[in-house]
Amino acid sequence: MNFLRFLFGCFKIITKGGRVYYSSLFFLLVLIVWGGLGYLDQLQNGLIMTNMRDSVSWGFYIGNFTFLVGVAAAAVMLVIPAYIYDWKPIKEIVIFGEILAICAVIMCLCFIVVDIGNPLRFWHMLPFVGTMNFPYSILSWDFFVLFAYFLLNIVVVTHLLYKQFFKKHYNKSIILPLVLLSIPAAIAIHTVTAFLYNALPARPYWNSALLAPRFLTTAFCSGPAVLILLFQVLRKTTKFEIKDEAIFTIAELMVYAMFIYLFFTISEFFKEFYSNTEHIVYWDYLLWGAEKNKEIAIYSWASIIMGTSAFILFLIPKTRKNLLTLNIGAVLIYFSVYLEKGITLIIPGFTPDTLGQYFFYVPSETEIRTAAMIFSGGALLFTFISKIAIAILFEGFSIDSLEKKAITELKNKPVAL
Amino acid sequence: MNPISQSMQKEEKSNSRREFLKKLPVLAVGAAALGGCSPEEIEEYFQQNFKTLSKEEKDEIVKNLEKKYSEKYGKEFTVSDSPATEGILFGYALDLSRCIGCRKCVYACVEENNQSRDPQVHWIQVLQMEKKKGIDLVHADVHYNPEKVPEEGHFYMPVQCQQCRNPQCVSVCPTKATWQDEDGIVVVDYNWCIGCRYCMAACPYGARHFNWGEPNIPDEEINPITHYLGNRPRTKGVVEKCTFCIQRVREGKYPACVEICPTGSRKFGNLLDPDSEIRYILENKRVLVFKEELNTQPKFYYFFGV
Repeated sequence: MNFLRFLFGCFKIITKGGRVYYSSLFFLLVLIVWGGLGYLDQLQNGLIMTNMRDSVSWGFYIGNFTFLVGVAAAAVMLVIPAYIYDWKPIKEIVIFGEILAICAVIMCLCFIVVDIGNPLRFWHMLPFVGTMNFPYSILSWDFFVLFAYFLLNIVVVTHLLYKQFFKKHYNKSIILPLVLLSIPAAIAIHTVTAFLYNALPARPYWNSALLAPRFLTTAFCSGPAVLILLFQVLRKTTKFEIKDEAIFTIAELMVYAMFIYLFFTISEFFKEFYSNTEHIVYWDYLLWGAEKNKEIAIYSWASIIMGTSAFILFLIPKTRKNLLTLNIGAVLIYFSVYLEKGITLIIPGFTPDTLGQYFFYVPSETEIRTAAMIFSGGALLFTFISKIAIAILFEGFSIDSLEKKAITELKNKPVAL
Repeated sequence: MNPISQSMQKEEKSNSRREFLKKLPVLAVGAAALGGCSPEEIEEYFQQNFKTLSKEEKDEIVKNLEKKYSEKYGKEFTVSDSPATEGILFGYALDLSRCIGCRKCVYACVEENNQSRDPQVHWIQVLQMEKKKGIDLVHADVHYNPEKVPEEGHFYMPVQCQQCRNPQCVSVCPTKATWQDEDGIVVVDYNWCIGCRYCMAACPYGARHFNWGEPNIPDEEINPITHYLGNRPRTKGVVEKCTFCIQRVREGKYPACVEICPTGSRKFGNLLDPDSEIRYILENKRVLVFKEELNTQPKFYYFFGV
């Protein structure tokens, strides 16, 4: 009964809001429908609706998957500095970080599902009901760590919110170890995802030991960038309190991450271009394109320029400690990492293919629509869960408030018989 | 099984509801999956990994498939599930000095192995290379199209599944839908493959091909003599590859590409038989394997016969 009332209360919360809220919901729904109809085409006709072919057999979907693993991982890694620096709203930081992680993991799984040829056979890779190729296939590892990470986050978030809803103290002896465990788990999901590409000798572009470290540094740039913006919105619209200093500290940590990322990238470039082996063809395609085909080069330069500008904005104390330039930097680094993971990491790995043949891939309309469906679905989910969390944490949505309301409603209601 | 078959019956009953469902992208997965499912298809959906099945179960599946294909293509079909024979390890050798790049092997393979004509799937890729550059993939071309082959100043290198002893494609498969049989042939269970294409990313030889759309083969061109793990008709969304013509070689015949080759560049045999032609080549010619630095240890050798 209580639980039903809780659900009903949640439903009320997510359906109530201002004009901005309704119009953004409407916008997301339109995107979901538009994208979903595109995905329907793919379901009916097969992956031929994408621009992927035998030469470039993974594309935009897998790129987005990789990017979102990073977002999922980094949102939680922010817990480390929150502990070390003892920021005041640590519980809130954990909750919003983990809500972001939950939504990102769900989006990851969606991108895998839309990418595979027979999504209904997904159960074949599960243990017991199917024949999971564990421990040989890194994909089975990835599935395992992503699932564990998802469970971990969902347990922590629901426990914290649920206890708060019933005005009880959360169980610290359970939650603290779980939160601490979610930190290495966050590192694990991104490392394993990097290993997915890393140890394929067939693809020299990915076959570098720096791939996993680079993944972690980019994640440490893109995940906190989302949270910096989110915290400012929350601070403005709710009772959530976070000091400017905490935000600037996050930014400072991001500078370190960006610097290491830049350093790793320069190391890779140096190694490839100075040694100038036959493997240079992938890097040439990445930066200069091949003959007239420069589509990917445009994205890689956009990513490089945005990333470098963000690094400069974050590096100079004056612009780092100015919320306007800080936010511009956060947006720039987010999109820089998005282009890097979404496009320029996967596609040059396949161009040229293993037999030296060039197939020039750019996402098709179906791929873009399907991705739009997943991203807006994820954003919608994140909005709903956050709204409930905000209500519980800051707006006094609790068992008491429900009971009070029920009583007043009962009093005011004319007896209808 | 029950909830699915029940909802399926409901779907069949109410057409208007079905139309409604089709419009909802969220439910589209279910609708597309259940629309027009027969009990056989549902049974097929719950079929386990072929490698884990007993002989009886395999025979039953194969019999059902024969019936299904015969009805679909209007021809008497045989689907074999013959296992590997002990004491046989298949090996292949290709004479680079004799190959003229005529691509007869490519099309013989397409016909024998029921590869889709549109979208086009080719298990064999022939690379045209410049003589002065040697084996150099970056300057190789699969789309060469002259009046006459061989072209001046060029040589040809056909590439197909190298049947590695150490196959990366098998290790990465998350579902064990592909494996190396005892006679060394790497096969795919098309009913178990989920179509994630990890194997295609892992294969250094571009030997694996995906059915991006529904495969199309004219009824009169279909080859009805098939093997479960080989040339039986595939569906969209699964990976396929060269199996050394498993349906032929397990019956003691040569692969189609060996038989068709007009220059005799292609040699095939049992690596464990000291008197086989393949062993003669290993013994008396100097062979090389493609991308030996990757340690995939192919059972497909290239050599220079003349």
